[in-house]
Amino acid sequence: MTHYLDFEKSLADIEGKAEELRTMSRANPEAEVDKEAAALDRKASDMLRKLYDGLTPWQKCQVARHPERPHCRDYVDALFTDWTPLAGDRNFADDHAVMGGLARFRDAPVVVIGHEKGHDTKSRIERNFGMARPEGYRKAIRLMDLADRFGLPVVTLVDTPGAYPGKGAEERGQSEAIARSTEKCLALKVPMVAVVIGEGGSGGAVAFATANRVAMLEHSIYSVISPEGCASILWKDAEKMREAAEALRLTAQDLSRLGVIDRVIREPLGGAHRDAAAAIASVGDGIAAMLGELADQSPDSLRDNRRRKYLGIGAKGLAA
Amino acid sequence: MNWITNYVRPRIGSIFARREVPENLWSKCEKCQTMLFHRELAENLNVCTNCGHHMAITPRARFAALFDGGVFTEVAVPEPIADPLQFRDSKKYTDRLKEARRTTDEREAMLVAEGEIGRTPIVAAGQDFSFMAGSMGMYVGNAIIAAAERAVALGRPLVLFSAAGGARMQEGILSLMQMPRTTVAVQMVKEAGLPYIVVLTHPTTGGVTASYAMLGDVQIAEPGALICFAGPRVIEQTIREKLPEEFQRAEYLLDHGMLDRVTHRKELRGELISILRMLLKQSPAVAADLPAPATPEPQGTPADGEAVADKG
Repeated sequence: MTHYLDFEKSLADIEGKAEELRTMSRANPEAEVDKEAAALDRKASDMLRKLYDGLTPWQKCQVARHPERPHCRDYVDALFTDWTPLAGDRNFADDHAVMGGLARFRDAPVVVIGHEKGHDTKSRIERNFGMARPEGYRKAIRLMDLADRFGLPVVTLVDTPGAYPGKGAEERGQSEAIARSTEKCLALKVPMVAVVIGEGGSGGAVAFATANRVAMLEHSIYSVISPEGCASILWKDAEKMREAAEALRLTAQDLSRLGVIDRVIREPLGGAHRDAAAAIASVGDGIAAMLGELADQSPDSLRDNRRRKYLGIGAKGLAA
Repeated sequence: MNWITNYVRPRIGSIFARREVPENLWSKCEKCQTMLFHRELAENLNVCTNCGHHMAITPRARFAALFDGGVFTEVAVPEPIADPLQFRDSKKYTDRLKEARRTTDEREAMLVAEGEIGRTPIVAAGQDFSFMAGSMGMYVGNAIIAAAERAVALGRPLVLFSAAGGARMQEGILSLMQMPRTTVAVQMVKEAGLPYIVVLTHPTTGGVTASYAMLGDVQIAEPGALICFAGPRVIEQTIREKLPEEFQRAEYLLDHGMLDRVTHRKELRGELISILRMLLKQSPAVAADLPAPATPEPQGTPADGEAVADKG
C-alpha cells in the first residue's frame, strides 16, 4: 500500500483505478482493459512528473518526512559492507536514535554516523523518531575521535526532526553535547562528508552536518526550525506552515544557492520512497564523488578548509 | 484596522512613550514587585535591591561597569548582507530590524569591546536581549568572529556574556550556520592558548546555548538565569507534564554539572579578574591599585524583544 501525501490525491485516484483494472484483468483475462490501464499509468506518470517538478517548499517538507522514505538503516545496509555498529557514550547510555560504527564504503574503511527514525511503530519508538539525546551526540563525538585517530573518513547521514526536547535530555546537557559535536566536526583532520537524506532539523542536524562537503537529496530539507514551529512563533498560527516553509528557504535548491550545501542529489521520479534502491544508489555515488574531491587534501588542510568554508558561509546571501 | 490604528495611533503612542522615559523614575521588580528608584537600580547593575532578582542589562551598561574607569573601545564588526533571505512574516524582517534599532539605539544584538578589567586587558562581547531577543544571525556571528580575531591578535582573553532566545529565524539556515561559525571563533581563541570565559545571563537558549555559550573554559551564570536548549514550554508539550519551577535555571544546571559557578552580578567583575589572572599566570590584582568602574547611567526600560528565536 502506497502512502499518498495530501497533494497527491488525484494521483492516488488514477493509480488506484489502474490497479483496479489490472486486478480485474487478472480475474477475467477476456476483459480487454490492459490498454486502458496502460493509458492510466501514463497519465499517472505525467502527473507525478508535473507534481514533483513543481513541489512547493511545504510539499518538500512532506516528502522529506514521508514514512516510506528510505532511512539511515536502509542506506547503511545497501551502501556499506562489514557494517559494525559501535554503541554507547561511555557515560550514560546508548542512544538508538543515532546509528554509528565502522564499515567499508566501496572497500575503504570509514566511520558512519546517522540519525535513524525507524519504519514502524515499534522501531520508531525505539529510535525516538530520530530525535537524539545527549548520549547520541556523545556517541558520535567518540566515533569521530576514533576516525580521527585512525585516519578514517567520516560519512554522516542526517535525518532528524531535531534534538529531543525532553527533561532528562536537558538535565544531561543537550546543548553542551550538540556544541561539542559541532566542535568535534570542526576539529577533525580526516575527510568528512554529510548527506541530508530527509529532515535536517536545526542544531540536531548541525551537530552531524558540519562537514567538508554537504549534499542534500533533492526533496530533503534543512532548517533552523520546523515550518510549524516558525509559523506558531512568527505568524502566531501553526497553520501558516506553508508560508513559513516558503520564507525559511529550507529546500536543497535554496540552500545550494545560498552556498550552504555543495551538492544536490537527484531523486527518482516521485521521490526517494517510490524507488528506494535508485535513491540509495545516487546517494552512494554522491558520497563517492565527495570523498574523491577530498582525497588529495592533507590532514591539516582538511581541517583548515572546513573551518574556512564555514567562516565564509552567508557572505553573499542568495546571490552566492 | 485602518490607517489610524495602524499608523497614527502607534505614532502618538511612541511620542508619549518616549517622553515618559526620563519622568519614569521608578521601576518595578519583575519578581518581588518592589518599586525601585531608577538610579539606585542602575547603581546596583539592574539587580533588585530588595530580592536580588537579576533584571536585564544592556551590554553597554554592563561594559561601563565592567571595564576599569568605565573605559572601553568598541571593536568594529563587519556588516553582513542585509536581509539575506528577503524574509517576510507578518512584518518584513527589514522593518523589524529598523524598529529594533530605533528602540535600542544599537546597531545589532551584540556589542564587542576591548579594554582592561582590574588592569587585565581583555576583549569582551555582550549579547543584547533587548535587540530582537538577542537572537543570533549573521551579525552576531560576525561579532563573535571579530571578537575572537581581536583577542588572538592582541593575545587577550575573551569574555562573552550571552543572552538570547536562540537563532534568528528571519535569517533561516544562515542563522543556523552561526553555530559552526561561532564554534570556529571559539577554537581560534582556545588554540591560541587564550582563556575563553562565558557568562550566561537570562535567558540563554536554543542554538546559542548549543554552540559558543557552552564551550567556555569556565562557565559562569548569573543567578536565576534560564539556560536551556529546548524551552520549558516545548518540553511540557512533548512530555505532557508540568516541570518544576527551578528547572533549567542557573542553580539547577549547577547542580546537574553543567556550570562551574553561579555568581551574583555585583561580584562578577572581581571574580572574572581573579580567574583570568590565575589562568594567565599573572600576579593577583591589588584592589587598592584599581581604578573604580564607572557608575552606569539609568537606562530606559528595555523594549520587549519579540519572540524571534527558536529552539535551536
